[in-house]
Amino acid sequence: MELVQIQRSLVDYTKSLFMEGFLDAQFLQLQQLQDDSNPDFVFEVVSLFFEDSEKLLNELIIALDQPNVDFKKIDSHVHQLKGSSSSIGAQRVKNACIAFRNYCDVQNIEGCLTCLQQVKQECYLVKNKFETLFRLEQQIMASGGSVPTIELGF
Amino acid sequence: MNVSSVKGSMSISSSTSTWKAGDTISDQFPAGLRVLVVDDDPTCLMILEKMLTACLYKVTKCNRAETALSKLRENKNGYDIVLSDVHMPDMDGFKLLEHIGLEMDLPVIMMSADDGKQVVMKGVTHGACDYLIKPVRIEALKNIWQHVVRKRKNEWKEFEQSGSVEEGDRQPKQSDDADYSSSANEGNWKGSKRRKDEEEETDERDDTSTLKKPRVVWSVELHQQFVAAVNQLGIDKAVPKKILELMNVPGLTRENVASHLQKYRLYLRRLSGVSQHQSNLSTIISAQDPTFGSLSSLSGLDLQTLAATGQLPAQSLARLQAAGLGRATAKSGIPITLVDQRNIFSFENPKLRFGEGQQQHMTNKQQVNLLHGIPTTMEAKQLVSLRHAAQSVGNMNMQVPPPGPQSSQNNPLLMQMGQQQQQQQSRGQILVDSTINHAPRLSSMGQPILSNGMATNVSSRNGIPENIRAPGYSQTPSMLNFPMNHASELPGNCFPLGSTPGVSNLTSKGAFQEDVNSEIKGSGGFMPSYDVFNDLNQHKPQSWELQNVGIAFDSSQHSNSLQGNLDLTQSALGQQGFSSGQMNGHNRSAAVASKAVFSTGDVKELRSAQNVNQHLNNLLVDNTIRVKSERVCDTSPANIFPDHFGQDDLMSALLKQQESVASSENEFDFDGYSMNNIPV
Repeated sequence: MELVQIQRSLVDYTKSLFMEGFLDAQFLQLQQLQDDSNPDFVFEVVSLFFEDSEKLLNELIIALDQPNVDFKKIDSHVHQLKGSSSSIGAQRVKNACIAFRNYCDVQNIEGCLTCLQQVKQECYLVKNKFETLFRLEQQIMASGGSVPTIELGF
Repeated sequence: MNVSSVKGSMSISSSTSTWKAGDTISDQFPAGLRVLVVDDDPTCLMILEKMLTACLYKVTKCNRAETALSKLRENKNGYDIVLSDVHMPDMDGFKLLEHIGLEMDLPVIMMSADDGKQVVMKGVTHGACDYLIKPVRIEALKNIWQHVVRKRKNEWKEFEQSGSVEEGDRQPKQSDDADYSSSANEGNWKGSKRRKDEEEETDERDDTSTLKKPRVVWSVELHQQFVAAVNQLGIDKAVPKKILELMNVPGLTRENVASHLQKYRLYLRRLSGVSQHQSNLSTIISAQDPTFGSLSSLSGLDLQTLAATGQLPAQSLARLQAAGLGRATAKSGIPITLVDQRNIFSFENPKLRFGEGQQQHMTNKQQVNLLHGIPTTMEAKQLVSLRHAAQSVGNMNMQVPPPGPQSSQNNPLLMQMGQQQQQQQSRGQILVDSTINHAPRLSSMGQPILSNGMATNVSSRNGIPENIRAPGYSQTPSMLNFPMNHASELPGNCFPLGSTPGVSNLTSKGAFQEDVNSEIKGSGGFMPSYDVFNDLNQHKPQSWELQNVGIAFDSSQHSNSLQGNLDLTQSALGQQGFSSGQMNGHNRSAAVASKAVFSTGDVKELRSAQNVNQHLNNLLVDNTIRVKSERVCDTSPANIFPDHFGQDDLMSALLKQQESVASSENEFDFDGYSMNNIPV
């Protein structure tokens, strides 16, 4: 595939992620932070996020499995997940967390469990999206090209 | 604008030697600002570090509060500002905030994904300089240096004032005058006029006094000696000469003591009205006794000081107030340690410059000012009677109603009095209690309320505006700051304006300060809209499922653009004195959204993101050209990333979009990203 074509695919793919709500403007902020001195910044941060979120999700599963559910703890975990997901621009994950917290506030276990599934699902989805994105980027870099920056509205 | 005065003082400061040790403002400021960032979330921490580095700050990161504290303790002068997350596993962010305020007196900015009013308010009351909502944007971080400068400016000024005799003698008088000219000093404990005068005087005198005599720094120990001497003599009989003899400090002159005494008297006077929680007073008093001999005579005063410095919880302060008011010095165990007390007096600046004991020295004027600000229910007569009837709780009760504004006012004062960041609980308490209009508390508040108003009037402008608006909470800061910065415009009261972010405050505001209404409305308008916006936010996820994803995305885009456009909105609202940097993410969006929600004008006329929310709703249901034409507003996002996205490009892109509306995709009617090029 030609470099230009890959670049175009990348741009289009990224745009579609925004359009579908997977990513929001915060992700652009991350991209802006990436520069030559730190060319893998976005990749590193996103990887860190998934590492961290996996731990959090596991904790949540355990916490919701307890006979006496500690909603405070759950809320705290979800809050953290919300914070980190919003920091990388993973919008849908963040929104799922918001919904999760609402159920937590009213101590609705069923609702929490459902939300947990949703959050997991969203994390999984966006993780795949990111993987595709990074793969495209790598292809571009391997072909000697540079990753095009996403601009708002072309 | 604050900036110019800040710069002015900055230049002055650098010429003086009273600059905080180790803190010098370099030419490249704010580059090189030493930031300590604390967050248990590794993702956020990494992003923040990168952002701060991009701002050219010198960043140190910690993922645990304990680590951060030890780093700060090891190197007290090694950091200029601290950024801390609110929710941390090992220590609550607010606790860390308290510690830092007590021990290092550094400006602290709180961060959280939680944008709930309560939390943000907690940040304010605990003395945070600012409150950033996650996800934190780099733009928000670019402005954090202002807190450092502001703090230094305040401290420098206080140093200056405490050290300079003539100035010191004059300032209390000025502050008194300022207080009395109620309308002129809304929300400023020094009043803007006076402040300017002071600055000028300070500038001139600074050079001369620096050369002529060594400045006396009122350290904790020195102040304690002073207070002990005053207590021993009795506040009425405390004359500088005798105090000087009692203190027996070599090198201290009568003039130094005299000026300090004047400031102390003012401080006490202000303190008398600050506390609103009776229960704490006695506690504080008892805590005080061990440290200070005859505390009871000055219980109110000292307690106020302590409370002011935030060492004491609001209730303690209230208790102190009660004690100071002449009630029985109930002694209940107060968790105030000697260390804390020492810290309280650690302000080597005339933070003690507050009025003296409430009853003795409360003046009509002061109280009147205070009361004006308070709920509309208060009338002049009541104020007068209230003032006289120090113990007449009944009257006081009436005053209590709008605790919100008062407390916010009080807090600034308290913060100003003590370390700015130490006002945590008392403020929080006061604010919370005020808002709840807790009956029992009302009775105890009585005088404190009056003093609060008084204090507020006198409180320095520096402390209040920053602290109040620090939390980066759009509505709160805007509302709080209005009164502060427009002291001259507010008829003798800053309360209603500086109200807490409670919708209830709107009514009280509207009730009285008509002059300020124009401004308050601006901010007041935010209040309800904030909730609305939240609702919008909340609805977004659901709407996404059902409707165009593109719309959802765009709505988020718009919320970001709202942030960028908040500047426009703010200016439109006539806000003054604050940098838009104070506002953050959702707050901004909320503020702007509120406008958008309420605006019903033609889309084309609303160039800013104000109509975004409207669009949001429209988009959800209506994929017409109208929506597309509104995309012109989308140009606002360009404002957010000026560096990275050519505004011209964006504009042209959007305009192109607009033109080719008919030919655009129908499935996704609008989005922040052009759809034209996306192959379908």
